[in-house]
Amino acid sequence: MSETADKVKKIVVEHLGVEESKVTENASFIDDLGADSLDTVELVMAFEEEFGVEIPDDAAETILTVGDAVNFIEKNKAS
Amino acid sequence: MFDLSGRKALVTGASGGIGKAIATALHGAGATVGIHGTRREALDELAGELSDRVHVLPADLSDRAGQQALAEEAEKVLEGVDILVNNAGITKDGLFVRMSDEDWDQVLEIDLTAAFRLTRGLTHPMMRRRFGRIINITSIVGVTGNPGQANYCAAKAGMIGFSKSLASEIASRSVTVNCIAPGFIASAMTEKLNDKQRDSIMGAIPMKRMGEASEIASTAVFLASNEAAYITGQTLHVNGGMAMI
Repeated sequence: MSETADKVKKIVVEHLGVEESKVTENASFIDDLGADSLDTVELVMAFEEEFGVEIPDDAAETILTVGDAVNFIEKNKAS
Repeated sequence: MFDLSGRKALVTGASGGIGKAIATALHGAGATVGIHGTRREALDELAGELSDRVHVLPADLSDRAGQQALAEEAEKVLEGVDILVNNAGITKDGLFVRMSDEDWDQVLEIDLTAAFRLTRGLTHPMMRRRFGRIINITSIVGVTGNPGQANYCAAKAGMIGFSKSLASEIASRSVTVNCIAPGFIASAMTEKLNDKQRDSIMGAIPMKRMGEASEIASTAVFLASNEAAYITGQTLHVNGGMAMI
């Protein structure tokens, strides 16, 4: 697992208070991890802070799973 | 009841009468207070009176940079703001048909937009901590209207609207958002009224007296307390019965 994926996983575990084993690449924030719409906004803000990326609202709407988040961040973070 | 020990509060406009009373009352209930204002001397004097658990945070709320800087500074200095009281406000009265763009813009900027930016800056940390109290000081005229105060009434009504929206968005995080709407409160301004003006005001107030700043402050202490945890999106009218809404 990449460093980005590790960090994303850690943020998700911390924020949603879910078991680490449940935070798989295909896990959906809302359907599998019990997030509500406010949680998803908070997660996006936490990712922005951690990785120094800007995640616009239209991009945020496409981030549905843990894997989506990792992919977006890896593509857009400052290298 | 209403113990605020360990809580940290930011009160804007604390160099004025109502803001000072609110800061003093929150402090008296045990909170650490950040006092914002534009008149440094008045803030220093208040800080001297409170002596401990107080931080002076001057800022110019008339522009975006000052508003954001205050949110950041308060969060840092107080190590997390639990209670935000948006009390700062100005008036630029005039009849609507003669109201200048500047008078409209300035009042909306300080009375409404500054509250929006400060609240936005401080809400997310409150959500994370699963506790917060946002208390917006609006006015009876935001609900009833008042001749000569279209800008002020618009800003104060806007405050009530944004409080309701935000309250429903973040209620699940145990952050409450409420408004206090004072009626006529005794202040340096109301002392200047002549007897005739005073009589006509008293005629409209069933309690036949003006309110005291301390009566707004006690309402703020209540809304900030754990006991008020189930109250959100509301406007508490403190007006001696002048308007029953």
